Amino acid sequence: MSDVQKEPSMVKQKDMIADHFRKLSRAKEDGRKVVYTFVPGNLTELIANFDMLPVLPEINALQSGMRGKSKEYIAEAEKHGHSEDVCTYVKCDYGMLKKGNVGPTGEKLPEPDMLLLSYTGCFTFMKWFEILREEYKCPVAMLHVPYQGEGEITKEMREYIVAQIRDDVIPMMEKISGNKFDEDKLKAALRRSAAAEDDLVWTLESAKHRPSPIDAYFGGVYYIGPIFSSFRGSSDAVEYYRMLREEVKGRIDRGEGPITPDGPMREEKYRLVVEGPPNWTSFRQFWKMFHEEGAVVVASSYTKVGGVYDQGFRHNPDAPLETLADYCSGCYTNLNLPQRIELLSKYVTEYEADGFMINSIKSCNSFSAGQLHILREVQDRTGVAGGFIESDLVDPRYFSAANIKNRLESYLQMIDAKRKELIAVH
Amino acid sequence: MEHACDCERGASGDSSCADSGSEVSEIVRRCEELYDDLDLGYVKKWKEEHRSKAIGFLPIYVPRELIHAAGMLPVGIMGAGDSLEIIRGDAYYQSYICHLPRSVIELGLSGRLDCIDGFLFPSICDVIRNLSGMWMSLFGGKYVKYLDLPQNLAPALGGKFYRHELTRIRADFERISGREITDDRLRKSIRTYNQNSRLVRDLFRIRSETPELAPASEVHLLMRAGNVLSVEDHSSLLMEYISATMKTKRKKMDNARIVLHGAFCEQPPLGLLRSLENAGCDIVDDDLVLVNRWIKDPVSTSGDPMDALVDAYLHHSVANASKYIADDEKGRELIETCRSKRVEGVIFAAPSFCDPSLLELPMLQDALDRAGIEHTNFRYSEDMGQFHSIREQAGTFADSIKLWS
Ligand code: SF4
Ligand code: SF4
Repeated sequence: MSDVQKEPSMVKQKDMIADHFRKLSRAKEDGRKVVYTFVPGNLTELIANFDMLPVLPEINALQSGMRGKSKEYIAEAEKHGHSEDVCTYVKCDYGMLKKGNVGPTGEKLPEPDMLLLSYTGCFTFMKWFEILREEYKCPVAMLHVPYQGEGEITKEMREYIVAQIRDDVIPMMEKISGNKFDEDKLKAALRRSAAAEDDLVWTLESAKHRPSPIDAYFGGVYYIGPIFSSFRGSSDAVEYYRMLREEVKGRIDRGEGPITPDGPMREEKYRLVVEGPPNWTSFRQFWKMFHEEGAVVVASSYTKVGGVYDQGFRHNPDAPLETLADYCSGCYTNLNLPQRIELLSKYVTEYEADGFMINSIKSCNSFSAGQLHILREVQDRTGVAGGFIESDLVDPRYFSAANIKNRLESYLQMIDAKRKELIAVH
Repeated sequence: MEHACDCERGASGDSSCADSGSEVSEIVRRCEELYDDLDLGYVKKWKEEHRSKAIGFLPIYVPRELIHAAGMLPVGIMGAGDSLEIIRGDAYYQSYICHLPRSVIELGLSGRLDCIDGFLFPSICDVIRNLSGMWMSLFGGKYVKYLDLPQNLAPALGGKFYRHELTRIRADFERISGREITDDRLRKSIRTYNQNSRLVRDLFRIRSETPELAPASEVHLLMRAGNVLSVEDHSSLLMEYISATMKTKRKKMDNARIVLHGAFCEQPPLGLLRSLENAGCDIVDDDLVLVNRWIKDPVSTSGDPMDALVDAYLHHSVANASKYIADDEKGRELIETCRSKRVEGVIFAAPSFCDPSLLELPMLQDALDRAGIEHTNFRYSEDMGQFHSIREQAGTFADSIKLWS
């Protein structure tokens, strides 16, 4: 975010990230082991239990996109035989690796001592870590999280995940880190996770106010940062979310809208629910298209990829492994299509949205396959107009600003027309 | 369909060869009819005759033995190829999703799958996974099950979970068919499928030893026939074909020995396979219609039959991009196939936008480079109609192999 208006929580988050990357850059000299893993189904509290440090390649890829590096990295991956058709996160990460593995802060990232393949909600994760395994030749723990094909987490799914954590993941972590698993330490971390989750949910739900004090998509990606990445279970995360909550509360009290990179948003004209990840290569431009039109996103599915906390789930310190299993199973992309439709429709109603919009990502099958169906279903159920735009996560070739702007403008005009119709009827 | 035998009929006076040739042609013609019949006439007839039901499944693999043991017909659904105009399916999928799901949706919405009483969606990729949810909301009245195949292959972990998955579908099939699946029935079905697999392996051996007797396009049609035919009918068909083709004297060509790899889900159109053959490739192995060969060895017919199916998946299934294999070298199985079948080059063929196949590709290419095996690659779609550039590419590849090997 720009320096227009930096709230204390933003500064706090920035410091947390900088500190984490500093630790990573010193990991080898400090004798700390490094685990690469994914955002959905990440076992951050467990990694910390062994005093290991997590690296999240998806976050690196999105950071590369925001820093304008992804084009070069993707080209590098394609030079190495990766198809133009596949997930660009994978190519961006692979290209970064081939170009020296320099992370978002400009420091070289340490190589992994272990790959924790949390196979949750996306098939591509498996291929991604197979590719990294070929490069790093390091041990891989496969954590197969069954999909909620029938819209529920069954006892057997939970038992399977718990058994894998207990019999595969923990022993491997003990071996690699040289530290013993400490259940009390895990419980304490999970307690902190739950506290931070409470405040995150409060923040996300603050968008039910009018005007919404937050943008739950463009702004939301910053709010989920700590809890979806390396900090869940830490005191820093608890403090961050406490600060965030206070700040948002202040905005509600003052009747203010969200803060954008270009300053506080003025008038809230449209309340939208958005499905799908954002584009990172032109993130600010993308956001600007919305806030300039007075469109605020009041709820989004992307802010649920690392946990659907607003539907009641909290990490439970009394059942530490079981709660980790439930957490993994509950991430947004691990929900089946009817569940996704249900959740999005609920958001439209509960957040009193004027519209529902999908940003369909060209290279992400996990999110995108089925979105046209989702669009129709949500429209039918809620009666609000649906909009559809297309872009990519980190491949700038697939971000057509003019096209997206056009589509967005016509979509908002459609909402206006619908409103007029309603007024005419009444 | 042209005469499948290249001997000069009449001129040689070898009437038995001519007869076998026409027998082969006749079998191939029957297979082609099944291949083209998107209305699934055979399935309807089978259901009527057996007063039973049919369970459809998407690629790649489901344990068909369980469906069979319930007295039902397993039906493989692999898209609609190039013979169906997509009218509604495109409204469900963006242009950057592979073609298979839109043709499957088209088949469903056009009523062509009405004769199927239930559907299994195995966990091979996010597209098929999401299609299972779409199916639930579009065809809610029917049985739809996402079959989560294990990615953790440890018996006490993934094995236990998989056994539970199988126990559930066993109960589901009993309910749908109204017939109990006793252990004995299941063992019998396993035996029946083992016999079918043996015939398939025989055919693949013949294909590798004498590719001119079992060209890829014919083998593909035979394998596709297995998607609709009952296993018993399919086994008879395989026996007929094997016996007929062994009697033909087809001209051996100086072709390059090729493996086609990566086409395990959405299938290339038949015309594409023929183009590869015409370009000078003897395709001695492939991963098309893998369900017939997913399990490499006979499934045990003694002991607990459910354990046998689980064990077959965990320890005897093929290496494939959709399956996580811990502690093994990437590409080992492909390289072994190349060596044992004296393969001169690998053609990687991946459906456009297919993450599993395309992400696997660079790893396999590296493995082949290390093993000194030539390779080339292209992307296709099941509905593509022009094969000119692929034929040229394959021809150049085959020529270069013949020239330099
Ligand atoms: S396919 Fe989508 S969910 Fe999967 S790794 Fe790529 S961007 Fe993430
Ligand atoms: S072709 Fe590939 S991406 Fe498409 S459904 Fe099949 S495996 Fe999935």
